[in-house]
Amino acid sequence: MLRLVGLVLWKDLVVEWRTREIVSTMLFFAVIVMLIFSFAFLSEGRASGDAVAGILWTAIAFSGTLGLSRAADRERDGDALRALLLSPAPRAALYLGKTAGIVIFMLATELVVAALSTILFGAALSAHAAELSGLLLLGTIGYAAIGGLFSLMLGRARSRDVLLAVVLYPIIVPVIIAGSKGTSSLLESIPDLAAARYWIKFLAVFDIVFVTLALWAFEPLIVERG
Amino acid sequence: MFDHVTVEGVTKVYGRQRALGGVSLRLEAGRLCALLGPNGAGKSTLLGILSTLLRPTGGEVRFGSVQHRQAGRTLRGAIGLVAHESFLYGDLTGRENLRFFERLYGGGGRAQTLLSRVGLDEAADRPVRTYSRGMQQRLALARALCGQPRLLLLDEPFTGLDSSGVAALRTLLAELRDGGVILMLVTHDLAAAAELANHVVVLRRGKVAFDHAQSAPFARLDEVYAAHA
Repeated sequence: MLRLVGLVLWKDLVVEWRTREIVSTMLFFAVIVMLIFSFAFLSEGRASGDAVAGILWTAIAFSGTLGLSRAADRERDGDALRALLLSPAPRAALYLGKTAGIVIFMLATELVVAALSTILFGAALSAHAAELSGLLLLGTIGYAAIGGLFSLMLGRARSRDVLLAVVLYPIIVPVIIAGSKGTSSLLESIPDLAAARYWIKFLAVFDIVFVTLALWAFEPLIVERG
Repeated sequence: MFDHVTVEGVTKVYGRQRALGGVSLRLEAGRLCALLGPNGAGKSTLLGILSTLLRPTGGEVRFGSVQHRQAGRTLRGAIGLVAHESFLYGDLTGRENLRFFERLYGGGGRAQTLLSRVGLDEAADRPVRTYSRGMQQRLALARALCGQPRLLLLDEPFTGLDSSGVAALRTLLAELRDGGVILMLVTHDLAAAAELANHVVVLRRGKVAFDHAQSAPFARLDEVYAAHA
């Protein structure tokens, strides 16, 4: 099972290394979002912790949607998803491999976005790097777990890009709230580590629940059941 | 695994549209079944059901003793499908595509053999997006053979192939047929499929209009088609 997860992930990483399409698109969009917000929220060279956390997670959520769409497009081109589904590989392995790829692409974008937050807003993100990393990693896993499922499910829908946002955002609202609240608590003048850890635990539970649900729902949602 | 496939009274309905209206037939090892019919007759739908990617609305499909609804990993691994789309990754090379799918099927080490078999040795290390339609079609066939299928389903496999490609594919299909693989071939290129098929099924408006198997391949599929389609 793990070998097959790794195989699907390897395929996505090789294609991305050659095209640099998903990460560059996500980065471009995330940087634009950060720059636009920097004009609105910067005051005397700094922005409030709440604003920085909100901007950071807004950039992650919106750029993540682009990444999800493009990652699913790769399986649509040439209808390769059908070949994956036709293979004897466990469908769970296919789902986990695709999700792992999205997580890696999003984390790569988040590294740059976090660095940019420090530069643009003077946010002290490195002061509690472990807690921030926990929030970003767990938030990203939750986002990719649900987003990966929906983006593949909407495979042949005509307005799939619009539909993805419509079905995805209501469900990932808890991830965005937990991520931005947790990040905000780290950026207060006196960081509230207990609050940050609470939101990390919240995200961990969210991830367990939704990864389990997605694993269960992947096959009936993706494979045609007539 | 299985040496025959039985289709009994299979129906498929999409909304109000009935694609298949009670199709029954039997496919056997060592036979190449040409599935003929006009556009919209339900050929691709039947192929989708046989590939296990579509579920019939009614009726039953059995792969040997295994029912369609019980189709699991082992059964999926025994079915190969060449469809309209290539099922390939354009940014991977031909060799990488085959290695990837081989490993998905739990095997390995046959990529070079398959590339040679479909005549893509020289292009093996080029990205698939640089391939012509005919080359992609050849590679799609090699991909479908990755799992050494018992049942090979082909939807218009001659599309895009030049005359040497058609000849090579015909030779390969004849080898597979004589090697005991169950083959179903959907095509409008009746000349290319002639002398290959020893079982012909004609579908018309979702129903079987003609179904006949014989020991020798049909020499004139166009006559069968003209009489029944």
